[in-house]
Amino acid sequence: MTIANYLVLAAILFTIGAVGVLVRRNAIVVFMCVELMLNSVNLTLVTFARSTGTLDGQLIAFFVMVVAAAEVVVGLAIIMSIYRTRRSASVDDVNLLKY
Amino acid sequence: MSLLAAAADTGVEIGTGEAVVFWVLGPIALAGALGMVLSKNAVHSALWLVNTMLALGVFYVVQEAPFLGAVQIIVYTGAIMILFLFVLMLVGRDTSDSVVETLRGQRIAAIVLGIGFAGLVGAGIARATEDTVLTGLAGVQGGGADGGAADGNVPAIAELLFTRYLLAFEVTSALLITAAVGAMVLAHTEREPGAKQSQKELSRARFLSGDHPQTLPGPGVYARANSIAAPGRLPDGSPSPRSFSTGVEPQVVDELPHTGSTGAEREGLGHAGGTDAALGPTRGGDPA
Repeated sequence: MTIANYLVLAAILFTIGAVGVLVRRNAIVVFMCVELMLNSVNLTLVTFARSTGTLDGQLIAFFVMVVAAAEVVVGLAIIMSIYRTRRSASVDDVNLLKY
Repeated sequence: MSLLAAAADTGVEIGTGEAVVFWVLGPIALAGALGMVLSKNAVHSALWLVNTMLALGVFYVVQEAPFLGAVQIIVYTGAIMILFLFVLMLVGRDTSDSVVETLRGQRIAAIVLGIGFAGLVGAGIARATEDTVLTGLAGVQGGGADGGAADGNVPAIAELLFTRYLLAFEVTSALLITAAVGAMVLAHTEREPGAKQSQKELSRARFLSGDHPQTLPGPGVYARANSIAAPGRLPDGSPSPRSFSTGVEPQVVDELPHTGSTGAEREGLGHAGGTDAALGPTRGGDPA
């Protein structure tokens, strides 16, 4: 086993997250899929940090986690305020800009 | 060329223990991701995602990043997923995913695209990093087989974080403040002053409506029946509609199975003495 195993696993997880974003219609589940994609990229960063023998990758992963936390807070607040006005958490119902 | 060969010799081998961890937790992480995308219930999706994130946290620890592993478990599975579940319980737990495709063929296209992407990227990465030298982090944070020079993962990260990445660290604080304020602004609902009714106004409204402000009467208790289906009686002997229990078909006590009494005795039960008569044949048959 080499570090390529970790990288391939991260690639597969990223793909599953991307497919989930395209397929699912519930805004909260779409958000979870985005989180999965961020997590898989973090796994790649940690793996490469270990591979190159520097800690920069781990620090970038750390910053990614901070940004993800902030993003989740704001995103879920947006979902809640949309739910208040549209009574729906489906991404298909948020189409007022379309018409 | 000799330099490359020498560099290749300095690489660290991945041990059997780590391989075992990978092959146990890798499928679990994969199953979690698939379960999240495939499960219909959003709460199940969140739990599957927790599964994946815990597995990834263990991967970080195994890959010489114990600090990130702890942060992963505390921040992601602890804080972020709780936030997700909180919002799920507030909104849309029962908003099931619509099966209507807004764009025709989009799902199939997305799945085909995903499989193609995974194949391409996975194969490409596997080929490109096949013979990558694994330097390992023992040189910068210690903990390797030879002990290492430095004094651990967290001090090494702190040293880098507060020197080279200091600006990014400070900007992060601004980002977090902005996110907290933004969430408050978005989730806050403005209420007109005085829009909230006081206790006095509430109780006045409750009594003026002419409805029933106090508790409803309980069911009737008879010698032969104390079921909640048996209604309580008003002073004139008629059953009180308010004592009917919701969800249970009200029963007339006189029509309950009446063991030991004859039809003639049941004849005279229609008037006000109905409850007394319902007690049974011993009293009904004894005029004294």
